[in-house]
Amino acid sequence: MTSRFMTGLLLLLTLAALLLSLMAGKVWIWPMSWAADNADGWIFLELRLPRALLGFCIGAVLGLSGAVLQGYLRNPLADPTVLGVSASAALGGVLAIFLGINLVPFGLFGCAMIGAGASILLLLAIGRGGGPIGFILGGMVLSTLAGALTAFVISIAPNPFAASEIINWLMGALTDRLMEDVLTALPFMAIGALLLLTTGRALDALTLGENGAKSLGVDLFRLQWLIVLGVGLSVGASVAVSGVVGFVGLIVPHLIRSFYGEQPSCILVPSALGGAILTLTADSLVRLIPGPGEMRLGIAMAVLGAPFLLLLLIRYRKGPA
Amino acid sequence: MNLNVQNLGFAHGRTATLEGISATFEAGRFSVILGPNGAGKSTLLACLAGLQKPNSGTARLGDEDITAMPAPTRAKRIGLLPQGADTHWAITSEALVALGRIPHLRGAGASADDRRAIAAAMHATATDGFAHRPITELSGGERARVLLARVLAGEPEWILADEPLANLDPGYQLDILDLLRQQAREGKGVVAVLHDLHHAVRFADHIVLLHHGSVFAQGAVDDVITAQNLANVYGIDAHLSKDEDGATQLLIKGKMRS
Repeated sequence: MTSRFMTGLLLLLTLAALLLSLMAGKVWIWPMSWAADNADGWIFLELRLPRALLGFCIGAVLGLSGAVLQGYLRNPLADPTVLGVSASAALGGVLAIFLGINLVPFGLFGCAMIGAGASILLLLAIGRGGGPIGFILGGMVLSTLAGALTAFVISIAPNPFAASEIINWLMGALTDRLMEDVLTALPFMAIGALLLLTTGRALDALTLGENGAKSLGVDLFRLQWLIVLGVGLSVGASVAVSGVVGFVGLIVPHLIRSFYGEQPSCILVPSALGGAILTLTADSLVRLIPGPGEMRLGIAMAVLGAPFLLLLLIRYRKGPA
Repeated sequence: MNLNVQNLGFAHGRTATLEGISATFEAGRFSVILGPNGAGKSTLLACLAGLQKPNSGTARLGDEDITAMPAPTRAKRIGLLPQGADTHWAITSEALVALGRIPHLRGAGASADDRRAIAAAMHATATDGFAHRPITELSGGERARVLLARVLAGEPEWILADEPLANLDPGYQLDILDLLRQQAREGKGVVAVLHDLHHAVRFADHIVLLHHGSVFAQGAVDDVITAQNLANVYGIDAHLSKDEDGATQLLIKGKMRS
């Protein structure tokens, strides 16, 4: 009952955040001018609509991935970056910009997805049979390596322009994305999200530990595949289209857990909705901050997220050991 | 129906090695696996539960090879209470017990059958009083009963318990042992890894005593728990006697002097 009420509320909030994202900006565009045949109508169709759709998808995918990974690793501090998929996709994107492949249609997206794909294959090879621990260590290795290579590429950028373009992209933003970008990323995100949504029961079983889950007939190897592919495709595509947006996957499952309880399967869909709400709202806010340029979404999220993380740590230390 | 291993051998990484184990566990009996640390008790239980694949020999349920059974079928027939009472999320007792129904679930929701099995398991373990309390807020004894209820909810033919008494106060230990014995009386097969020899003497119908990865002795309590065997396997000086009811009494006097 309460959870049904909460889900209704989340759906309403999602709708509100979508509307806000469609309207907010240097120019407010009210629903009556959405179909207008003037500048407002053009801004709505070409800029606001793809941006809002993208915000929704990326937020949903990040929230969902975070919820799944926290459930799988049974660690409330895990987030979609732990697997190293984001860092690898980012490296792919950075290389694309460095080599000028981003000027080719879908060049940037393709390179970032190749990066994500490579990390998926490596993770499956490294994590083979190692269970969650092998998995998380493999992710750390990948993250560190991809991060170092990214820094290396920036350091050898031929000119300050190129370096700043790379850095700007890395910081994550939803600005100036076209409908084509949305449509390219959408299938990857949708497939990834569908894979992740099938993991609920296995994640519940893992509440009893690995042996408990295995004795209930859960195939942990299959679960690992589902998670690597699901997170790889969805988060990889989100990084490929918008750069690295952090904290959503960490914060949202926590907030959701305090309303829905801690059972992993119960928080998957709500976390996706929560992620969409948070991302859409934050992306609307960065547009409204006065000033010459826009604050990058990735930065805004980190500014919002860091204090929250601190709060979480304090609560964690107070809680039962 | 019995659970049996024939000439079973197991060696993998850092887990204890097993060699040439042959043993039969009968339904309707409370069987206990004993042995010093590192003797391979948990490994044997994992092979019986189908979690580990033996390197040689067989582990069978009746005449079916356990490792060849499809995981969901196996999970319905053999329930395992794993070592350690860790539960990773603060879910309610009832939600935790409901996890035991996972092998039976098809489609989305719980059926009337599932709900009946969950209620029965919670009733049998007297855990229905705190069905809606988070598992993290329960005492050790309450949590142990909820975890056992989780296994019962799956309505398995076999209940395997790996050190179910660890970290429990004496009263709570007896609660769990009584519940396990009750299940055996009702016709289920119960196999538990225990550490406490007194509990084994008091509750077991059948004992398998492991030493260095092999069966040192097996059979009825009085045949296995002898002063000689305890001296050889545990290096302890024990005295055994019968009390006025004919029950075996065990007194551990100290370490053997070598």
